[in-house]
Amino acid sequence: MPAQRDELKVRGVTVALQRAGRGRTVLFLHGAGGVPQWLPFFDTLAEHFEVLVPEHPGFGGSDDPPWITSMSDLALFYLDLVEETGLDRVHLIGNSLGGWLAAEILVRDRSRFSSLVQLAPAGIRVKGVPCGDNFIWGPEEAVRNLYHDQSFADRLLAQPPTEAQLDVMLRNRFTVAKLGWQPRWFSPDLEKWLHRIKLPSLVVWGDDDKIMPPQFAALWRERLPEARLVMVERCGHLPHVEHAAPVARQIVDFLAGVA
Amino acid sequence: MKLVSFHLMPYRPLDLAEAAKHRSPWVVLPNHLYDPVKGAEEYASHIDALVYAEALGFDAIGVNEHHQTAYGLMPAPNLIASALIQRTKRVQIAILGRALPLVNNPIYIAEEFAMLDNLSKGRIIAGFVRGIGSEYHSSGTNPYFSHARFHEAHDLIIRAWTEPGPFAFDGDHFSLRYVNLWPRPYQTPHPPVWIPSQGSSETVAWAAHPDRKYPFLVTFSSAELVARYHTSYRDKAREYGYEAASGQLGWACPIYVAETDERAMEEAGQAVETLFNDFLRQTFEMLMPPGYTSINSMKNFVAMRRALGGGRMTAQGLVESGTALIGSPKTVLAGIERMRERTGFGILVCLLQFGILNDELTRRNMDMFAAEVMPHLRD
Repeated sequence: MPAQRDELKVRGVTVALQRAGRGRTVLFLHGAGGVPQWLPFFDTLAEHFEVLVPEHPGFGGSDDPPWITSMSDLALFYLDLVEETGLDRVHLIGNSLGGWLAAEILVRDRSRFSSLVQLAPAGIRVKGVPCGDNFIWGPEEAVRNLYHDQSFADRLLAQPPTEAQLDVMLRNRFTVAKLGWQPRWFSPDLEKWLHRIKLPSLVVWGDDDKIMPPQFAALWRERLPEARLVMVERCGHLPHVEHAAPVARQIVDFLAGVA
Repeated sequence: MKLVSFHLMPYRPLDLAEAAKHRSPWVVLPNHLYDPVKGAEEYASHIDALVYAEALGFDAIGVNEHHQTAYGLMPAPNLIASALIQRTKRVQIAILGRALPLVNNPIYIAEEFAMLDNLSKGRIIAGFVRGIGSEYHSSGTNPYFSHARFHEAHDLIIRAWTEPGPFAFDGDHFSLRYVNLWPRPYQTPHPPVWIPSQGSSETVAWAAHPDRKYPFLVTFSSAELVARYHTSYRDKAREYGYEAASGQLGWACPIYVAETDERAMEEAGQAVETLFNDFLRQTFEMLMPPGYTSINSMKNFVAMRRALGGGRMTAQGLVESGTALIGSPKTVLAGIERMRERTGFGILVCLLQFGILNDELTRRNMDMFAAEVMPHLRD
């Protein structure tokens, strides 16, 4: 099923977006790597839902307004986006930095959202358990540390990125640093307010995540008021890539039970 | 020509073979490799060498700031400057420099420099830098805001030194209700400000601006690059409508002088190789954290690194590219004069101890430089 490319303009900011499928809205918030390609995972969801995959301001083909300087700005920008495009009863899915963003959005205003799926989210921390330092890793190391199954990394590393792809990667990296360098990968205030996300929630975590330690999963499970936790065995930081089919099926089943 | 004897204070007893097993001697090198007994001797030797430069007739002695690295033992260069003040009478003391973006309250830097300026009765040169990329890993400071924090901290420090206090400072990164320096600097209006840099065009344009006219020091670059950055500073000054003075252009360079070229290479070749290959070894991700420079500067850097290729640099190569001046007095002098003819630069920052170079050779180098090279550089 081919995804359709689209653009939204919100508060003067152009947001690049891909969409596929029909039905209730699933809004997918990507992680630090952006959206280099349309995933099989999205296709499975698109059999049941309208799947929207925007690129956050500062990533990929979207504008980079200088006034967005923090995760708080980005969360409030997305609330503007959801309101201005009239989205409602949205199922929100976030991965990594996108999971952090999802939580920052929902603690502020959950009125247009029905559920939350977190795929190895950043945003909170467990003291004494440091995240992987993907800012200091070299390019190959960074790709390898995303996956448990190194054949995924081998395939990616076998095709060196084009100049245009390198430009996007560099741009994404700048924005990721702006948002997540310090404090590294979390907001000091977020954990205090997670009880406000009174929505059915599913937390999915790879048991071999080298970026967001699996020990963080239990804290999310504890702080989100209506959360179920699924640990995925033999899985790294991208459960929706490394175990696309079973993870998509779990999410579809979960969303089927959400009012 | 103004002559500065500059020191990095490397940790020479480092087990280089062991260090090579780690990503870099910066940020992640396990600190059990530091032996405090040997380290204390290093401080004593390095400080002696700097103090000795006064007797040899240098105009200034210089120190600098780096964090969590065997490359240099001066995370707090003002502590060393304070010790140097007590042991010298006449020389200027250049701190090249303090890394402004890394602190949460730049007033502390303004205060420290003002204290040193009073302690030394006006012998301080205040260098301002952003810190190198690795320092953003070791301090946690967000590199994305490095330029913005540098400029804001600079403005705050200059205002703190020159405007009557108390006043309020309303920045985006630093917001202070009371700025009211005690002590004020000894020099009027304030200590000279120098800008050591690896030559980003943004920094050149900023330093050359008529409001500042800050001396710009190019560090550890090939002669070709040094000349290019000096020229770009001169061009920028002309764009601003003035001619840059020689005292606005500086060059920081490892220098070793011996009786003959051969002997100089024999004595200093390995040491200069350890500086560039062992102590300076850092990955791209460490040197260029995202946002530390503009995307364009970063892409230029990637291209430059690719052109340089991998592998160890040789002393021969470093000398041929003019990155280091190693040779007889005649050879070293010729290298300096060539640059002077090309760019008209007026500040030479001499790194006379580098890498694993030992005390004895450092002393011989300093003596010979002072006796055989220095007299020819006096205007």
